[in-house]
Amino acid sequence: MSALNIKKGATSHSAYELRDPHAVVIETHTLAVLVDNESGVLARVIGLFAGRGYNIESLTVAEVDHEGHRSRITVVTSGTPQVIVQIKAQLERLVPVHEVHDLTVEGRAVQRELALFKVTGTGEHRVEALRLADIFRASVVDSTLESFVFEITGTAEKIDAFADLMRPLGLAEMARTGVAALSRGA
Amino acid sequence: MTKQMTGAKMVVQALKDQGVEVVFGYPGGAVLPIYDEIFQQNGIRHILVRHEQGAVHMAEGYARSTGKPGVVIVTSGPGATNAVTGLTDALMDSIPLVVLSGQVPTFLIGTDAFQEADTVGITRACTKHNWLVKETDRLADTIHQGFHVATHGRPGPVLIDIPKDVQFATGTYVPPAKAKISHYQPRVAGDRAAIEKLAELMETAERPIFYTGGGVINSGPEASRLLRELVEATDFPITSTLMGLGAYPGSGKNWLGMLGMHGLYEANLAMHGCDLMIAVGARFDDRITGRIPDFSPHSKKAHIDIDPSSIGKVIHADIPIVGDVGNVLRELLEIWKARGARTNKAQVERWWGKIDAWKKVDCLAYRGSESTIKPQYALERLEALTKGRDRYVTTEVGQHQMWAAQFLHFDEPNRWMTSGGLGTMGYGLPASVGVQIAHPDSLVINVAGEASWLMNMQEMGTAVQFRAPVKQFILNNERLGMVRQWQQLLHGERYSHSWSESLPDFVKLAEAFGAKGIKVDRPGDLDEAIRAMLEYDGPVILDVLVEKHENCFPMIPSGKPHNEMLLGSAATEGAITGAGGALV
Repeated sequence: MSALNIKKGATSHSAYELRDPHAVVIETHTLAVLVDNESGVLARVIGLFAGRGYNIESLTVAEVDHEGHRSRITVVTSGTPQVIVQIKAQLERLVPVHEVHDLTVEGRAVQRELALFKVTGTGEHRVEALRLADIFRASVVDSTLESFVFEITGTAEKIDAFADLMRPLGLAEMARTGVAALSRGA
Repeated sequence: MTKQMTGAKMVVQALKDQGVEVVFGYPGGAVLPIYDEIFQQNGIRHILVRHEQGAVHMAEGYARSTGKPGVVIVTSGPGATNAVTGLTDALMDSIPLVVLSGQVPTFLIGTDAFQEADTVGITRACTKHNWLVKETDRLADTIHQGFHVATHGRPGPVLIDIPKDVQFATGTYVPPAKAKISHYQPRVAGDRAAIEKLAELMETAERPIFYTGGGVINSGPEASRLLRELVEATDFPITSTLMGLGAYPGSGKNWLGMLGMHGLYEANLAMHGCDLMIAVGARFDDRITGRIPDFSPHSKKAHIDIDPSSIGKVIHADIPIVGDVGNVLRELLEIWKARGARTNKAQVERWWGKIDAWKKVDCLAYRGSESTIKPQYALERLEALTKGRDRYVTTEVGQHQMWAAQFLHFDEPNRWMTSGGLGTMGYGLPASVGVQIAHPDSLVINVAGEASWLMNMQEMGTAVQFRAPVKQFILNNERLGMVRQWQQLLHGERYSHSWSESLPDFVKLAEAFGAKGIKVDRPGDLDEAIRAMLEYDGPVILDVLVEKHENCFPMIPSGKPHNEMLLGSAATEGAITGAGGALV
């Protein structure tokens, strides 16, 4: 049994990088980090990314276990495979971090983001916006004679696509939550 | 069972229950209640420093020379910010420290109160972990957790920030045995399959080498013992980083000397040419690797480290082994012996033949002088006159540090205290005081440069007050020697601000502090001066006026691989910009 026969990508509990370190491939990974919800824990995680020059593409955080005071941080990051492994190892080293899951290598995860769009205008643009919202299964959560606020849920790509369509139709403001993600299956 | 007491009393009780004998500190408004408790007890000795940076370096020296965590108490605001350099130093070199800082009362936090600073914010990046304690009931538990985190896994500094009202208020004391068990339980046992794979490679390796670091020393004396056993049993050559000196004896027959930027020729060439590198508690720092793509290009690399993030961070490890060095070495020895304790003897002997040829280059050779004291000569004489004594050595940072690493030999771990990762000028004097407090009857020498030494010279006052007979061995070249060397080699000999005018008279300075001062500037008088330093019962500054323009060799210029070293005999001017003849 060689130590090198580790399942490719099984990295959330090891520091093993088995891929070619010289390959300059930038990968995007979604990490779920379970932490003690103590004072300063988010600053600690963000400070790690900033201090070591890692990317944060999206970040969401909320307490998910009120009795155990645990929060779940979902962070979408990018880097070379070596950097991704390093990010996970560095996160696991933080004292309030209990678990780090790389949802990208642990199987295709369900990823969702919620966004609110304010679209202003009248006439044909307004009708078109409503029609497209229907196609995207966005719901109207506020309306006036000159504006709608749409609520939409989906992958980051779906929300990007919706934003592209709304832009010429009077997109005034947008708020996005960032990605929340869970692994599939039991 | 559980006792009610004030937060300030809890601090002292918790330190006692953690077995703390000495704390280094400096009082101030936000820690007065704690100092009041310190006044009213005898169990813990308090060493009053002159500057909080000094306190942290003293605690580092104490910790590194004893294997126990060092403890520091500082006040809020400037007290805490002054500790930042020491904390960063300890984090880089994996030194276990528990720093207790005072904070303004909880109801004043965030109001820019007098001597308020966001201490946990400022120290978040330079501690292994830190806490702000807002309730007295949680104080004892947090202190016990602090000791646990500082000393488990890869050691490091922690800071506990304690507001003044939390010190005054009464709460329930929790003894260590009842403290909440931390989920922080790093893995210490290595993966057996990986260790077996390493044992297998050791049997066939033709050009093996052990590359060891500070992790061996942090793992404890047993790790050093096992390392020695393994080296002796395999007859493999061994080199070490700056931080790992003493884990394997400097007088040992398989010792190649230190490696890296100013490492020995034979050590660096052996690293470059090996086919099996066994990295033990070392982290492939950039001073070690040189140019990454050319780093030991033909070797399989096994990497044993307690910190998973150290493995694969810089250099790809073919055999990664996460675990405590002591545990892994024990298991490696067992497995390798059980498999028959075989090595590829014939090839390893040929490998030694190559290494012995490299040794003949005599890379530490320097031109002696009848009229000027060469810094290398000064260290050779210091080594000769202190050999065999119960000796601890600290250093400052720069040329003298590298020469000390090259010319002094350490046969035991925990005898060599130096700022490796952060390279903190001003580390050595306070560290020497910390070492001396821990080992009052031993000989403690700080090998210093005059520029570094001046950075924390106020701690001479601490040495005198607490009768710490530390010997300050200052190699005085009136230059920032390493900066000057780089300017000569890399910046066209434009010596921008790398020399000091109006240096103090170190003899008078010593006397002003109540210590002894000796000055020597002729090689013929050096031995006598060193003997006078050693014989004096008290702190001494020995001002050794040395050659002002000596360069430290060998040197791997930045961005060069291990097999392109500059040697002392080479003409150094212009070598780095490419005159190939000067490159070895």
